[in-house]
Amino acid sequence: MLLPLPSTTTPTSSPFLSHHPNGLKSSSISGASKLSNKERRFIRKLGLAKISATFELKPPPYPLNALEPIMSQETLEYHWGKHHRTYVENLNKQIVGTDLDGLSLEEVIVNSYNRGDLLPAFNNAAQVWNHDFFWESMKPRGGGEKPSEDLLKLIDRDFGSFEGFVNEFKTAAQTQFGSGWVWFAYKDSRLDVGNAVNPLRSDEDKKLVVVKSPNAVNPLIWGYYYPLLTIDVWEHAYYIDFQSRRPDYISMFMDKLVSWEVVNSRFEKAKAVVEQMEREDERKRKLEEQRFTTDEAPANAIFPDTDAAAE
Amino acid sequence: MAARSLLTRKTLATVLRRDSTALGAQAAAHSRGLHTFTLPDLNYDYGALEPAISGEIMEIHHKKHHQTYVTNYNKALEQLHDALPKGDASTIVKLQSAIKFNGGGHINHSIFWKNLAPHREGGGEPPKGSLGWAIDEHFGSFEKLVQKVNAEGAALQGSGWVWLGLDKEFKKLVVETTANQDPLITKGPGLVPLLGIDVWEHAYYLQYKNVRPDYLNNIWKVINWKYASEVYEKESS
Repeated sequence: MLLPLPSTTTPTSSPFLSHHPNGLKSSSISGASKLSNKERRFIRKLGLAKISATFELKPPPYPLNALEPIMSQETLEYHWGKHHRTYVENLNKQIVGTDLDGLSLEEVIVNSYNRGDLLPAFNNAAQVWNHDFFWESMKPRGGGEKPSEDLLKLIDRDFGSFEGFVNEFKTAAQTQFGSGWVWFAYKDSRLDVGNAVNPLRSDEDKKLVVVKSPNAVNPLIWGYYYPLLTIDVWEHAYYIDFQSRRPDYISMFMDKLVSWEVVNSRFEKAKAVVEQMEREDERKRKLEEQRFTTDEAPANAIFPDTDAAAE
Repeated sequence: MAARSLLTRKTLATVLRRDSTALGAQAAAHSRGLHTFTLPDLNYDYGALEPAISGEIMEIHHKKHHQTYVTNYNKALEQLHDALPKGDASTIVKLQSAIKFNGGGHINHSIFWKNLAPHREGGGEPPKGSLGWAIDEHFGSFEKLVQKVNAEGAALQGSGWVWLGLDKEFKKLVVETTANQDPLITKGPGLVPLLGIDVWEHAYYLQYKNVRPDYLNNIWKVINWKYASEVYEKESS
């Protein structure tokens, strides 16, 4: 199970990232055209020929002992070094040679979700993404009340106060019945249907929400959710440090681990993406309108009075 | 709970037996006549299943996890009891998920404790008699049943249970999984649980960490097939 794949040979000081015994790296394989036939046969023999796009186990942006004493090094060694690693390795095995090979992680998630009729790769793909996002949501000596002014304004509007938000987030994490995740997300006002746009959108529709998701599910599959923060409430995330005391884990996470710098910057990015999509919609709408007026000109000519009145 | 810990296991069992049914349902001296539930006692000490399951796991699993399901189940039932006569439809509906989860947790764990027995008290001895025959008939052999349960238990996403059940309607044995704390009955009204294995991480994490298959391999050494056989004989006759 711990066979290192070439994809995981990122140079790093971490003891958990093993190097491939043959020294093959994904770059040398993707440049397959430069290889001699003999080399290609060798690679095929190793079963590595189709590794055109594999995912890597990204290390957390801090040493494994950096979240002590809240989240122990032992927890990180298992949670990142075993659980997260296994998701990456199983995902890579599952997608080799399938239609999902070569897609981005986000694309694999959305495609393998398959409108609720999950393909086997979904759980591993989503869990890889969720864990990357979770590690980045934390930092040593984090927590406290540090959302940016802009974000705090929206938190006050949508949750009444920062405290109101914290309570809703904690309650959601406490009442996720089973394994799963809780998300703090910025939600665009679009309808959750392809191409559907809320015809009477206002800024009030774009809001902050707290949502729970079971097992591997994440907001990417719902469309128009921009996750800002997540907490892993699978028992493996806290069992070594807190055993059955999930509420203590949740409180400590909020008070001492959340990286508000990261949350703030995700919020800024989310707003920028949404604004750009709105500008794009506006541009399309104007184009449509222009085409409409040009196309419909002869018909309008039937009612010359109306036109005259309008002028 | 403080008073309870002063009692020895045997005295406690006697006290409980006097006024409790199989699942610990208690006709509480409740002015409103509401039945509440109590944590059932175990028939063995916490450390008696070692080395298959550590005493630490058993103690937290029983005293903390199961107790929390019982507490929250009773809380939800009390709220339901208040909402029903008022015709408070939205509260009644809102309580359903907490009742299913915590009630399911209580039902499943109550069965699970009976499914286990220390090795020296017959834990791990394969079933004999009619259940043994039925397993051979439906799965080929006892070993094949074990393989099937282990495979389905290991493949279960997230938290849940893997079951050996009796399908009373079709008169056959089935292996099923349920998510979270869903009891087996949610998979079909004719299904009777004979054996349920908890594959929530809390059931094995302190000892087996991320290696759920090892937990599944080892738990067979402490499975109480006498209990499963009794249920099977009663339900299939």
